[in-house]
Amino acid sequence: MTAHETLPSRRAARDDGARRPSARRSPRRRQTVGGAIVSLVAELLIIAGAGTGLYVLWTAWWTDVVAVNEQTKLVDGLGQRDTSGTGTEHRGPAPVLAEPPNVTDVFGTMQIPRFGADYERPIGEGTDRERVLNTIGLGHYEDTAMPGATGNFAVAGHRVTYGKPLNQIAELKTDDAVVVRVTDKDSDFDVWYVYKVTDSEIVTPDKVETIAPVPNQPGTEPTADDRWLTLTACHPMWSAAERYVTHAKLDYWMPASEGTPKELSETSK
Amino acid sequence: MIFPLIWRILPGPVALKVVELLVLLAAIVFVLFTWVFPWIAADILPPPDGTVDTTPAP
Repeated sequence: MTAHETLPSRRAARDDGARRPSARRSPRRRQTVGGAIVSLVAELLIIAGAGTGLYVLWTAWWTDVVAVNEQTKLVDGLGQRDTSGTGTEHRGPAPVLAEPPNVTDVFGTMQIPRFGADYERPIGEGTDRERVLNTIGLGHYEDTAMPGATGNFAVAGHRVTYGKPLNQIAELKTDDAVVVRVTDKDSDFDVWYVYKVTDSEIVTPDKVETIAPVPNQPGTEPTADDRWLTLTACHPMWSAAERYVTHAKLDYWMPASEGTPKELSETSK
Repeated sequence: MIFPLIWRILPGPVALKVVELLVLLAAIVFVLFTWVFPWIAADILPPPDGTVDTTPAP
């Protein structure tokens, strides 16, 4: 060891020399209790931050990946055959699936050309969050009318997360088509229902009259002309404060054996 | 504290430690995505479900 003039540097050199060999064997540095607590808190904050970030990633992205994958399988599982040609647009009383589906049964699909040509999602029975909305996607309010029937075929769906089937609900404009296809292989039932958007509204979540048989007129008996479809989703996005509600009215129906509604062939196929 | 401890516990040379660390992180993310986050979403912070209801929706 070389001699040094000043005391502080000599001490530093001595400390250095004394510590270095053992420091090489173990990277552990001597720490004060206060320093240990500070670094522990800092590390816990880093872990909490990373965990929160991952949670956001999971809700905003991963639930979509899982749900869209699942929903695509459910659509395929319905065994709907490709239809061709443009069939007759029937405007009289529509055939309605005789047997109401059980909760979590997937009984049909919804296509909305405004949401894109490849937008096709399964519709399940019920609006249970875990069993229907988070997995199947679109959920039919139990005890509301079935497609084509007099009354209000009301459907709820997530606006964000879990496949976000109604993400673009606010883009729907008057006269946009909402095409529902109900398929039941057992009873050989396969019918298109083409609804046209009439209006949208933003309401608080307690406004159940929006899904009344005649929308917003609870207690009114629907006439043969009152064949409605109502979509409900969250508003604003990522919030539960309000609901975005869109109403549509049945324009026509068509057995799938006769062809494909022109609203779909215009955008795709 | 925690991070240096994990680094010291992982066996092998530095290159192997890096691989082990990545595997460990992947395992943690898997556990979080598969069990922890769905549980949080269902029981603690339910996301809005978009239904209209007579009972106030969470």
